[in-house]
Amino acid sequence: MSRLQMTVNGQEVDINVDDSRYLSQVLRDDLRMTGTKIGCNEAECGICTVLVDGTPVVSCVYPALKANGRRIETIEGLDQHGELHPLQQAFLDHGAVQCGICTPGVIMTAKGLLDQKSAVGETVTEADIKSALKDSYCRCTGYQSIINAILQASGQNVAPYIPATQAAGQTVGQPRPNPNSLAKITGKARFTDDYNFPGMLYARTKRAGIPHGRILSINTAAARKLAGVHAVLTHADIPGRNLHGVVVADWPVLCADKVRYVGDAVAIVAADTPEIAEAALELIEVDYQVLPIVSDVIAALRPNSTLVHETHAEGNLLKHIKVRKGDLNAGFAAADVVVDQTYRTPTTEHLFLEPECSIGVPAGYNPTKFGGNCDLLAVRGERAKHDKTTIYVGSQIPYTDRDQAAAALGVPPDRVRVVATLMGGGFGGKEDIVGQIHAALLAEACKRPVKMLYTRQESLMVHPKRHATIIRIRTGATSEGKLTAVEATLYGDGGAYASLSDKVLTRATTHATGPYDVPHVNVDCFAVFTNNVPCGAFRGFGVTQSCFAVESNMDMLAEKLGLDPVEFRRMNALDVGSVTATGQILRESAGLNECIDKVDFDMRGQNFRWTWDEGHLRYAWGLAVGYKNTGLGGGAPDKATAEVEVWLDRQKGPQAEVRISSAELGQGLPGVLAACVGEELGLPAEQVNVLLGDTDFCPDGGPTTASRQSYVSGNAARLAARAVAAKLAPLAAGFLGCDAATLEFIDGEIIAGEESVSVAEVLTLAEASATSTVAQYEYWAPKTEPLGSGGDMHFAFGFCAQAVLCEIDMRTAEVNVRQVIAAHDVGRALNPLTLEGQIEGGIVMCIGYALTEHYIQEQGEPWTNVMARYKTPSIVHAPKIISHIVEHNTADGPFGAKGVGELPSIPTSPAITNAIYRATGVRVRSLPVDQDELLKAIRTSATEVELAWGDRDPIPTIKFGGER
Amino acid sequence: MTSFCTNYHSPVSVEEAIELLRHYDGDARVVGGGTDLLVEMRRGLRRPVMAMIDATRIADCKIISRSDDCVLIGCGVTHTEIINNATIKKFGTCLAEGCGVIGGPQVRNVGTLAGNVAHALPAGDGTMGFLALAGEIEIAGVNGVRWIPARDSFAGPGRSVIDRHREILTRLRFRAAVIGEGSAFHRVMRPQGLCLPIISMAVSLRLDGASISAATISMGPVGPTPHIADAAMKSLVGDPPSAEKFSEAAEIALQNVTLRGSKYRATTEYRAQMIRTYLPLILARAAERAAASRHLAEGVAS
Repeated sequence: MSRLQMTVNGQEVDINVDDSRYLSQVLRDDLRMTGTKIGCNEAECGICTVLVDGTPVVSCVYPALKANGRRIETIEGLDQHGELHPLQQAFLDHGAVQCGICTPGVIMTAKGLLDQKSAVGETVTEADIKSALKDSYCRCTGYQSIINAILQASGQNVAPYIPATQAAGQTVGQPRPNPNSLAKITGKARFTDDYNFPGMLYARTKRAGIPHGRILSINTAAARKLAGVHAVLTHADIPGRNLHGVVVADWPVLCADKVRYVGDAVAIVAADTPEIAEAALELIEVDYQVLPIVSDVIAALRPNSTLVHETHAEGNLLKHIKVRKGDLNAGFAAADVVVDQTYRTPTTEHLFLEPECSIGVPAGYNPTKFGGNCDLLAVRGERAKHDKTTIYVGSQIPYTDRDQAAAALGVPPDRVRVVATLMGGGFGGKEDIVGQIHAALLAEACKRPVKMLYTRQESLMVHPKRHATIIRIRTGATSEGKLTAVEATLYGDGGAYASLSDKVLTRATTHATGPYDVPHVNVDCFAVFTNNVPCGAFRGFGVTQSCFAVESNMDMLAEKLGLDPVEFRRMNALDVGSVTATGQILRESAGLNECIDKVDFDMRGQNFRWTWDEGHLRYAWGLAVGYKNTGLGGGAPDKATAEVEVWLDRQKGPQAEVRISSAELGQGLPGVLAACVGEELGLPAEQVNVLLGDTDFCPDGGPTTASRQSYVSGNAARLAARAVAAKLAPLAAGFLGCDAATLEFIDGEIIAGEESVSVAEVLTLAEASATSTVAQYEYWAPKTEPLGSGGDMHFAFGFCAQAVLCEIDMRTAEVNVRQVIAAHDVGRALNPLTLEGQIEGGIVMCIGYALTEHYIQEQGEPWTNVMARYKTPSIVHAPKIISHIVEHNTADGPFGAKGVGELPSIPTSPAITNAIYRATGVRVRSLPVDQDELLKAIRTSATEVELAWGDRDPIPTIKFGGER
Repeated sequence: MTSFCTNYHSPVSVEEAIELLRHYDGDARVVGGGTDLLVEMRRGLRRPVMAMIDATRIADCKIISRSDDCVLIGCGVTHTEIINNATIKKFGTCLAEGCGVIGGPQVRNVGTLAGNVAHALPAGDGTMGFLALAGEIEIAGVNGVRWIPARDSFAGPGRSVIDRHREILTRLRFRAAVIGEGSAFHRVMRPQGLCLPIISMAVSLRLDGASISAATISMGPVGPTPHIADAAMKSLVGDPPSAEKFSEAAEIALQNVTLRGSKYRATTEYRAQMIRTYLPLILARAAERAAASRHLAEGVAS
């Protein structure tokens, strides 16, 4: 131990610390200043940045004793006397905050830059910002809003970038910061790891470490004996069901007989400190009979293959998904031109910057027994009680977590409560169970709260990824340019467990014609079990993969036909009246042509050229379009229940609260729900509190997936608010002496013609008459039909077009995206500020898909085992984004809206490879683009590149319909 | 793994540092910014040590000074301090350029040039710039103090002749560029998940009259240690700078190394092509700078 003296945000700190302590640990654990976040503990992500003597440093690898005598600044010290720092205000105004986990680090890094520049009287430029924030990663925003916010905070006049939308209502359509952003920019926002409970233990998980093996024995005796260890649990200690799974329960909570991938959990430990828990893992002995590894999707389906799940009826075939429409032979017979090509897409990682964390609290937990108070009491009041097993977690599906944890604990679902904490990014990667059940099991075993925080490296190894695919696709068109037929076969690597493979790859299959009117279609998809890390949901949900293949073929066809690629797409674009590949007739809200028109108009602005040179740099435009369903579809019941309550606060006036379990990933759901409720009740959105994800206090909003929450939960919130309004209406009508049906709720008033009464007054009347002002509404989305029925598989689709301007260094084949022009048909913009954030973030995420991201596995072993080996786009990759909002209202969506969360991250990658082709004559058939291979192709005048970065083998030849 | 040491010391003099190293008798480790070392420890690639000796509080270790014809850099000087230092920008341009691309800003704010050189990676960017300036390092230990050319300090990938458990790199120096000298640096990366360069190169050269009278070329990774392209350097001397001459030098450099492809980083061919492309370009840039320094000097004289 050594003495550490420093100032933190102007306060003297004088403490004794272990010599081997990092500054981040002192701040977060010793000083309980949790505003500084931890993303990787490898000096990669930058979110732990604080200022030391004014200089940004990553606190996760900064020895605490280096800070001795220094002046430390953290996010908590930025606002002074309730006054926000200009950076904080600008981040709010520009919507530069989404999930918020990176925000403290980004803001502190920016503060270092602003302070340094103002000290020498220099103006901050965009180049300065890109240089200073090069290693400050944000996975949500796409960086444009961050750049603009920092410029504004530096004193420059930069308005928030908000695209034009149709006329706003009282709250709906108003650009407004997400309600939780204020907490996120001040360091007050609490993510799961920011919670601490008196008596809390720390948990770690013993992983398989091998891709495939039979468990011969597990010996935990030595680990149990280690001082400070409270519990070591294995499969034998699970009181209930030892399986979980969002779609199919095939994933052991703790493996009993075999392990199927490196991240499989074999034992769990709870101990006094994370270090002891870690040490205990080393003492657990597991003997395996090593089994052959299944890692290749095509070999996996051969009759002699080793089986990942011996009892699965179809061997390693997780599912065969089929789309059939028309007469394929007739379609190709009618084609004058055909393109037949095979593509490959990589496994990719969400890289949400908050690693998974769950805290289990046992039923009957009493903090005073451990000599402390639960600080949640002050914040949550009676909601902070723990009368049942409680799990604090940032999860996309709280009710499913609850039910699955209850099943494993062997108790009824209502004996478990899930409390959603803020989530530091999800993107589909927080739908499956990871530590939730383990934390609950350990909490009940130890009768103490237990925190299960994953390391970044563990997170990389464990949670489901985006499916790698091989896609062969044949597209036919007439010489006039009308598409006649599409045939495609997809192989998707589902990894070791079912997760959401069935659903994700169904979406890849049904969207495999692209958003085009194609009369004859035949698509087969094989979802395959392997010993790779499981794959599940990831923004785009399979469509990102098939879009790459579809839109590459479309450009190739256009070239063969001698048609302008934009015109070719227009000729075939889905529109109202078109029939999708699954036989659904689009009856409304299909704004693809308007998206194409808007992008095309901007792209062909002054002096348009498809490609040109500037020195050794070659520039080229590329375009692609996309579409994505809103909602679960395929006949799945799709509903959400919301509760809305209104009351009168003597100081603040009328207040509303909307309660629903739906998850906030940073996408802006609270703002959307507040707007929907405010619009119905005539209240400003600021007066609508949003409570999400507490299964004891929020009705079920269903999974936050499939771009469904604005639509489904938005409707539930809106209609619950309307139900409350209906309870207030008779009181208002009685007061005004009018018909309740004619009342309107506007600006805090309830109005009938010339007469009005304030909502506050009516709430007083309600109180006096003991009239209930709370209502629930169970909203059912329009019914959908299963694939193969030919009916409406989905109740809405979002459409988009994107043009990208790529810059290719012809000496190195380095590719950069300089500009993106985008148009998205979202039905209705409910909050243009947060909507734009979704669009910009989605686009940049898809730039990563095209250029930087590949989760590499070698025979079931992740090569990508540290964050340093997985690069998402940084601020230097951020293009200028010009965004158009197209609003073809839906009849049934809230105020006409449909889903947008996934849509922007679908067509960017083929737009980029289409631009690369135009620039170089080289067709890239695998992602992410490898500059090494691309340069070789350019230099040898080759016309295609088959290997992506991280690929070692050529794309296999696959037969349409598979080998079976 | 969160533990990295038992005792963390921040000596304020070289003598104190050496006394600590003597005391721990090999179970200590000298650390500068720690931005490489501690990441490796966090990843479990290195074991914790009994004592960590922080070299960045030693008196005068933050100094960058120019005396006579020499620029001296203390072991506590960070990459950021080098990048922003007018003396180094002017008299050791390629060093400032090399340090400017290391890691990210937060790492450059903490990481030191001394650490970069002592870490002895085959392609440390700061190291590469320093080598092209024919830099020297001062090593202090129980057995005294010695200066050696930095190029002689590399024993293998990540292995230095400095015994980092018993010795400390206290200072670095290079001969300041004179009129007629110029230097330049370039690095090629890929945007995917690898923080290591495909190729990192630095050059300095001197013009006498119309001809090149001296040249130094450093590059990596082209082998287990940073490479000095002696043959290519020699080939330049005596001729005026020209694109042909520079391309020829690149070919000679290539003939004298055995390039290897490294998994997920670059193929041999790509590496070779980057050397062919960029070595002539940075030689030309260095020559331009050399010429410009003369014009500037003449301008001042008149």
